[in-house]
Amino acid sequence: MTTPIVEMKNIEKHFGSVIALAGVSFSVMPGEVHCLLGDNGAGKSTFIKTMSGVHKPSKGEIVVDGQKHVFESPRDAMNAGIATVHQDLAMIPLMSITRNFWLGREPVKKFGPISYFDHKYANEVTMEEMSKMGINLREPDQAVGTLSGGERQTVAIARAVYFGAKVLILDEPTSALGVRQTSNVLSTMDKVRKKGVGVVFISHNVRHAMAVGDRFTVLNRGKTLGTAKKGEITAEELQDLMAGGQELASLEASLGGTV
Amino acid sequence: MSDLAVESADERVKNVSLISRLMKRPELGAIAGLALVTIFFLFTADPKMFTLAGILNFMTPAAQLGILAIGAALLMIGGEFDLSVGSMVAFTGLIFGAAMVTFDLPLYAAIIVTFMAAAAMGAINGQIVIRTGLPSFIVTLAFLFILRGLSLVGLKAATGGSTQLRGIRAEFEGSWLADFFSGEAFTPFFYWLAEAGWIDTFKSGKPKVDGIPVDILWFVLLALLATWVLLRSPFGSWIFAAGGDSNAASNSGVPVRKVKMYLFMFTACCAALVAILTVMDAGSTDARRGFQKEFEAIIAAVIGGCLLTGGYGSAIGAFFGSIIFGMVLIGLSYTNIDQDWYLVFLGSMLLIAVLFNNMIRKRVTGER
Repeated sequence: MTTPIVEMKNIEKHFGSVIALAGVSFSVMPGEVHCLLGDNGAGKSTFIKTMSGVHKPSKGEIVVDGQKHVFESPRDAMNAGIATVHQDLAMIPLMSITRNFWLGREPVKKFGPISYFDHKYANEVTMEEMSKMGINLREPDQAVGTLSGGERQTVAIARAVYFGAKVLILDEPTSALGVRQTSNVLSTMDKVRKKGVGVVFISHNVRHAMAVGDRFTVLNRGKTLGTAKKGEITAEELQDLMAGGQELASLEASLGGTV
Repeated sequence: MSDLAVESADERVKNVSLISRLMKRPELGAIAGLALVTIFFLFTADPKMFTLAGILNFMTPAAQLGILAIGAALLMIGGEFDLSVGSMVAFTGLIFGAAMVTFDLPLYAAIIVTFMAAAAMGAINGQIVIRTGLPSFIVTLAFLFILRGLSLVGLKAATGGSTQLRGIRAEFEGSWLADFFSGEAFTPFFYWLAEAGWIDTFKSGKPKVDGIPVDILWFVLLALLATWVLLRSPFGSWIFAAGGDSNAASNSGVPVRKVKMYLFMFTACCAALVAILTVMDAGSTDARRGFQKEFEAIIAAVIGGCLLTGGYGSAIGAFFGSIIFGMVLIGLSYTNIDQDWYLVFLGSMLLIAVLFNNMIRKRVTGER
């Protein structure tokens, strides 16, 4: 067994008198998709914000590549190789795909003392990285606004991977997507995993999680209810864990299947 | 799976024709507008309008407005407005005039002081907008009045009660630097052209046009520079990003606050440049200098394809937008049409441009 890229040990987070996280442990291996499941209010968002440097944990430690880290800002987390693709993507619809892809890290060429944006190189890399993810762009200078939701997710993921993310946190990437686009995003996650990147996939859709997940961790009321490997747990069991008990069972019977 | 994705990327995509590619450029509207206005005046105006002298005649006011419009366009693409640029022209004109007449500074020092004052005022505008998160519309509206008031008060203090400061020309006469900010450039070239019989001359053999006003050169230079920055430099990307979605931009590591600060300072410096050019041209400065220019600059930027919401636009568009302005302002005097139609035109152009821009934006983002 290889060592985890990121290990979160007994993370606690208190907001005043509210205990949002009460000792959560979680690890990400290289080349796995680790699903973090939980209903609304379970603490998923707080947990990943701690992992990506937005919040500082009240207790517990974060270990990256065997070294203890304290993240003061999202930039620290990014420098340690932890990239987050948020629900509200960091994409600017009116700008071209290339400009979005390189935003904040534009490649420059020097002409005497003047350095300028190397569009040719930027376009080539963008086209290439996108086609690796299975999206063939018509032209890299088309606006991001013309892409579908799934394709935008893919641009964001491709960008994070290209700039050296070792762990990719995807915050509900499929929640607003249609069936076809969802499967595109799931297949993108599969491609990223094969590159050896660890993926943290946050979702409350058990079927999406089962489709790509290697391990599953369920959060409920700020605590982990345990981590299971693929094949050790069924979709129904996961669903029950997320709902926090049996209430759903009766409801499920009347709905006739998995919610 | 990847086969599927490839197929889905291609199956509904038509080839992009050159025309629909051009349709997506922000400056398209301004170029189309310029063509229309030119055709209109070719039919209605005295043919003198399109002689060399006539063209320079309308290009000079276009250039003075255009320098402001290019600043306004960059700022607008960056997601902010500056309604104080008109008053800034008066205020920096006062600083420039007072530096030379009242404090007896040499021309180069007066120019440096003027630009520094402008940059400082721009920085104050910017800091207030960035730190408070208030709309720049309100903050700079306040400065529209503050700066106009300061110009009046300052002029009276400098002149002992008058709102016009005279005698500036005498202060810079003979300075080598003056040629960069006043008069005409390439004069020997024009004499050569006249001698060769390429351009119209007076009976004495002196050319009717003896050079290109430096205002126009500054205007062209700034338009090229701004376009280069927007399209070819990383900073240009940051401007678009800051205006397009400042949250997403800072998440991606763009120093949004700095970008906006620089843009406010640049816009103010554009106003200072116009002040220096026009004050040196007139030899005096007064409190009404730059009156209502802020609106004209914003209109020229919008005609040039800038979206009021930021994140989209072009400097070349603002360049053409300003030429449309100059053409109509001066062009009407070559026709039998009442000059005051100018204002009607101004409003109509703005309305058409905004509607047009809205349509373009929908095309670009693929909205329906």
